[in-house]
This record gives sequence, structure tokens and C-alpha cells, in this order.
Amino acid sequence: MSELNTALEHPTYNYKVVRQFAIMTVVWGIVGMLVGVIIAAQLAWPILNFDLPWFHFGRLRPLHTNAVIFAFGGSALFATSYYIVQRTCQARLVSDGLAAFTFWGWQLVIVAAAITLPMGLTSSKEYAELEWPIDILIAVVWVAYAVVFFGTIMKRRTEHIYVANWFLGGFIITVAVLHIINSMAIPVTLTKSYSIYSGTVDAMVQWWYGHNAVGFFLTAGFLGMMYYFVPKQAERPVYSYRLSIVHFWALVAVYIWAGPHHLHYTALPDWAQSLGMVMSLILLAPSWGGMINGMMTLSGAWDKLRTDPILRFLVVSLSFYGMSTFEGPMMSIKTVNALSHYTDWTIGHVHSGALGWVAMISIGSLYHLIPILFGKERMYSIDLINVHFWMSTIGTVLYVASMWVNGIMQGLMWRAYNQDGTLTYTFAESVAASHPGYVVRMIGGTIFFAGMLVMAYNVYMTTRRDVAAQPSVADPSPA
Amino acid sequence: MSSFWSGWIILLTAVSLILITWILFANRKREREPDSTEKTTGHSYDGIEEYDNPLPAWWFYMFVITIVFGVVYLLAYPGLGNLPGLLGWTQIEQYQQRVDKAEERFRAERDRYLAMPVEEIADDTAVRKMGMRMFGNECAQCHGADAMGSYGFPNLTDDDWLYGGDPASIKATLVNGRQAAMPAWGSILGEDGISATTEYLMQLNGRDYDAQQAEAGAAHFATYCVACHNADASGNQALGAPNLTNGIWLYGGTREQIAHTLRAGRHGKMPAFADTLTEDKIHILTAYVYGLGR
Repeated sequence: MSELNTALEHPTYNYKVVRQFAIMTVVWGIVGMLVGVIIAAQLAWPILNFDLPWFHFGRLRPLHTNAVIFAFGGSALFATSYYIVQRTCQARLVSDGLAAFTFWGWQLVIVAAAITLPMGLTSSKEYAELEWPIDILIAVVWVAYAVVFFGTIMKRRTEHIYVANWFLGGFIITVAVLHIINSMAIPVTLTKSYSIYSGTVDAMVQWWYGHNAVGFFLTAGFLGMMYYFVPKQAERPVYSYRLSIVHFWALVAVYIWAGPHHLHYTALPDWAQSLGMVMSLILLAPSWGGMINGMMTLSGAWDKLRTDPILRFLVVSLSFYGMSTFEGPMMSIKTVNALSHYTDWTIGHVHSGALGWVAMISIGSLYHLIPILFGKERMYSIDLINVHFWMSTIGTVLYVASMWVNGIMQGLMWRAYNQDGTLTYTFAESVAASHPGYVVRMIGGTIFFAGMLVMAYNVYMTTRRDVAAQPSVADPSPA
Repeated sequence: MSSFWSGWIILLTAVSLILITWILFANRKREREPDSTEKTTGHSYDGIEEYDNPLPAWWFYMFVITIVFGVVYLLAYPGLGNLPGLLGWTQIEQYQQRVDKAEERFRAERDRYLAMPVEEIADDTAVRKMGMRMFGNECAQCHGADAMGSYGFPNLTDDDWLYGGDPASIKATLVNGRQAAMPAWGSILGEDGISATTEYLMQLNGRDYDAQQAEAGAAHFATYCVACHNADASGNQALGAPNLTNGIWLYGGTREQIAHTLRAGRHGKMPAFADTLTEDKIHILTAYVYGLGR
């Protein structure tokens, strides 16, 4: 740390923990997406399960989701939140020791997940598969995270709290509540526990957690990221302060109700389904508030998109965010859900958010962040950022489009019936018809994953002290 | 749900909707002001400033419309606690209506076939088509789309029937299911007895066998197996005991597989469809399966 101080703009900030999390974001991104590509291939060609229990789709799928959400997304959020809270509060993190604890604690959680999930140890709750000892570790690390974050806010030297910190604070508090309540379980052995909830209540608590993992971890947290890096990279003021007030409070107030739309037409009582659907629809405007504020921040600076691939990442991520948050409320409508539920459409929807929004906003932010953290003027190669941008975009489009086609096709095939009243297609026929889509999805995922390798190379070259940044043709030059 | 919790839900819903409506209207700039501003709020965070632009009008109205829609929907459909909603809609009723509609449209045709004997309709093209589609969704998971079966699941296209291949037996199998019960003989016969009995079964099927062992095996067979499989090993359809002389092996015909069946037993299960399919559908499915075996 100390040897870099002279190169840094604000030597009093704790950049060490930010650097650690930033690098691990790239590492876990590669790992998580590689597992994603493997399971995508297994769905297209089941022989690739190799009859190995630990390599089977059923065990690798939770490893993929945990790795990309909590390892990749989580590290990105830790890195950027620690950076943003220091810069916008003009205060060093309240405790370096506690910050270091959150880093090593979080890495321990990830490693524990990577070992136990392939072993088949699971609570069987989606996105909360980890067994109780790991759950306790997560809770402890998360509380430490909250102490560091809010402690830093409390000792800020600015009068007000910047909007990015509202979102990050909301995300930290809510995820703590969600994680602790959903993971309540009675341990039987060190590696086995049973949820304290049962039946429909268990399902409802699970999807209250599940959807708000999307709403607070993958949306509010990353909106916090957006509110710092978009205006910073565009060098423009945020479009509307009052819009940020309205959409922040509406978003946190309404998202928490949306979970029941995962349980339409099930044993969940009608009233809960209706409330979930209505709140999901109302969520459209609060969600789009963030997109508008991000996009409109660029007004007057649109020309920068031609020359700055980092800004392209940020803007395209906002586009995917807007698209996913339109698609989500539509899919929560019962009549639409009757077609889309249980099909690949859901998978496509999730990935337009996960790849298009979460991953691309993180990648764009990291390209802004890495040179600063390592005392460099800019990334080693701007051209490679551009290459990565196109790989990410093409990969996401292939993934999402193939799953839309598959999903709608499956939904229509399952409900088609003949003149004699029998079903036109068997389930197996819909699986066979999905094969081309699975192959396209795997190709899209592979391209996205390969983009992360390009990024890793670019980051590595940037951090090397003895390599100067390449002159870039993408640099604006008077033509 | 008790009236307390019902009231709690209504209260919480109303408070949430009122609060977001309030915050939306409270932050709306008056119409007189310009659409955009170059004035910032005066804060600067790490160099980031904020404009104080008004809420975009289209966005504001979209927000209002969704809230209004939400309120109307919650009044029309069940949503506010125990209140049933003005339309009186329930998902159970919606399901029942769809089922009734389908029954009304298709039942008569199937009932016409129900009145006819299986043998008579087994070759009917329409019946075969319906049967094939039902088979694809209900039976193919185990017996295969071609009904040829696989390990542990019988082939339905040959003449070998565990529980009988006449229409009445097939229908009974579909309605009530079947539970096979081949006991495990490992602890009674011992490894020597298992291997001897295996050799006897080899002999019965005209395959290479060890004569000395087969002789011992024949004695074991006469003691333990004849009760179900008959003295001539031709099986007994009343018990679902397979014929052991025709070279058809549900769990594989290698020495190891046969020995394993003897040692550990088998408990094949055909599920009952009485609660899944109506009588008329089972009748058509019976005709289809009966037709497969011919």
C-alpha cells in the first residue's frame, strides 16, 4: 500500500481491500462463467455429465449461480462500495482490520461453497444452498461489512450522503435481513440441516428471499455502482436528484413484495399471488427511474460513446437493465406467466439481467477502477476493452435470444392440444426441439466467458509496473 | 387466515401504496417550471454533481397508471387479505372451468369408445392416435416412446406379459398399478446356492451351463421358486411372476444380473392411474397397449 501512495490522488483512502476485491471479481467471474459454460454444454449434450456425481449438472448448477452471484457479483459490490463510500464521503474506511476480515471471510465462504456444493451438500434452497455453518459465516462477514460501510458513512466529511450510498446501504441492510430469515434452520449434523419453515410457507419465504436477492443484491447494489461510475466516466452531473429520491424509495418499498410472482398458480393463496403480481407491475416505473437517471446523465456527452468503450459497457448495461425490468413485470402477469413459467424464457430473463446488466456494469466499473487502484493512467489496452465489449454484447444477445425462442416454443408446445383433446406434444419432444437453442446458448456463453479472459489479460498487463500503456487507436484524435 | 392477519395485510398494502404515491407527488415539480434545468443541487461528491431536473412526464404518468391499475386489480381480484374481490375469481374455479370446458368438448367422443369393447376399437385410427399421444405423456417416461421398455421396464410390444395381455388384465394394471415382489434369496441360498440356481436357469434357457451346479440349482428351484414361477418355470400371471424359460429378462440376462436378482430380489412398480386419468381415457389407453402387443 504505502509504496503506491505517491501515485494516488487521495493517499488517505484504503485502496488495498478495494484492489483485493477488484482482482477477485475478475478471478471469480472467470471461474463462475466457466462453470456456466460447462453446465450449458451438459444441457445440450448430457453425455458431458460423465456419470460423475460431483460433475453432474445438478451439483454444478448451484456452484455456477453461487459463483457468479456471490463470488463475482459480491466481490464487485464489495470493491466498488468500499471505493465509492470512501471517495464520496471523503473518509477512509472506519476500520482496515474489519475490512480485511470481510475480504478473507468472503473468500472463505466462496471456497467453502466451491467444495461443499460439488460434494452434494445443500440446503436445497435456490440461491441459498449453502449449509448452516457457512450461512453463519456469511452472516458474520455481512455484519462486519455493514459496520465498515455505515461506520464510514458516519465519519463522512460531506454534509449529505450521496445517492450511490443510499442504494448500497439499502442493499447491505436488506440482504442481511433476507439471508438470516431465509436461512433459519435446525442443524442435524455439521453438514445437514432442515429449514424451520415447511410447505407453502417455506416456498413463500424462499421466494421472498429469492426475488429480493435479485432486487437488492443484483439491482439496488449495482444501481449504487451505476450512480458513481456513470457520472464519473461520462464526466457529467447526474440527471435528476429528485428522480433518484422517488425511484430509490419506491424501489425499496415495492421490491420486497414481488416474491409471490415466482409461485403463480401454485398452492400459494390467491391473495398473495395477486399482491405479488400487482407490486411487480408497479415496480416497472421505480426500476426505470434508475435507467433514466443513468441514460440522461449522458445527454450532452453522447459523442463519448464513439471513443470510450468503458462508457459503452455502462450504457449497454443500462439498456439491458431497462429491458429486463420491463420484461420482469410483464412475466409477473398471471396470463403471461402461465406461458412463461417453468420454461427457458425465465432463464433468458435472468441472464439478460445477469450478463447484460450485472456483469456489464461491473466490468465497465472495473475498467474505470483498476488503473486508479494500481496507479496507472489508464488500462493497458483500450482496444482490448473494445473487443471485450463486443464479445460481451454478442454473447449476451445470443444467450438471451436463444432462450426467448426456446421458452416461448416450450410454453406453446406444452399447451398445444389436438382436435381429440389430447396434447399435441410430449415433454420429451419439447426437450428435443430445444436442442438448437441450447447449443446457441452455450456458444453465446462461451463468447461472454472468453471476453472475461481478454479482460484478465488486460488487467494483468495493467498491473505490471514495467509495462507502459499501449497507445490506442480508439483515443480521440482530431480528424 | 384470521381477521387480524387479514386486516394487517390490508393495512400494510394500503400504507405502502399511499407512501409511494405520496413520495411521487411530493417530488413532482410544478408544471410551470421548465422541462430541464442546468441548475445543480449544489452538492458535489468526489466531483459528481446533480441536476435537479423534473421527473419525466411520461415516466410520472406511467407510474400513476400502474398504481391505479394495481388498486383496481386488488379490488377486482382476491388480494386484500380475506376480501374475495368483486369478480369472485379464484384459481381453483378457473382451473375447474377450463377442465369442464374441455370435458364438454371432448368427452362425448371418448365416451362413445368407452361403450365399445377394447378388441373392437384397438385398430381404430382415431383411437390409436389418441392412445399414442396419451402414452407419450403418461407412459413413455418408463416404457419408452416406442413402448419397447428398458432395464426394469417391460417391453409392451411383444407377447410376453407379466400380468396378462388380455384387455381386462391390461386395464386392471393401468387402473390399480402393480407391485412386484421377488424376494431376496441371498441369505437363504448363500453364494453357492445363488450360483447353482443361476446355472439351472441357464440350462432352462438352453444356454451353456455347469451340469453339476445346475443339478443342485434344480433342487433349490423346486424348493423356493416353484411357488410363484411354477414347476416348469413358465411363470404365473396372477402373481406377476415372469416366465423364466423364454429368454426375456426384465433386469438383464447375464449370469451376474440373474445372480443379482436372486440375491437381492426385485420390486418393480407400475403406478396406478385411477386418480390421474378418467375411465374413458384409461379405456383408450388400454386399447392402444392391447394393440401394441398384437
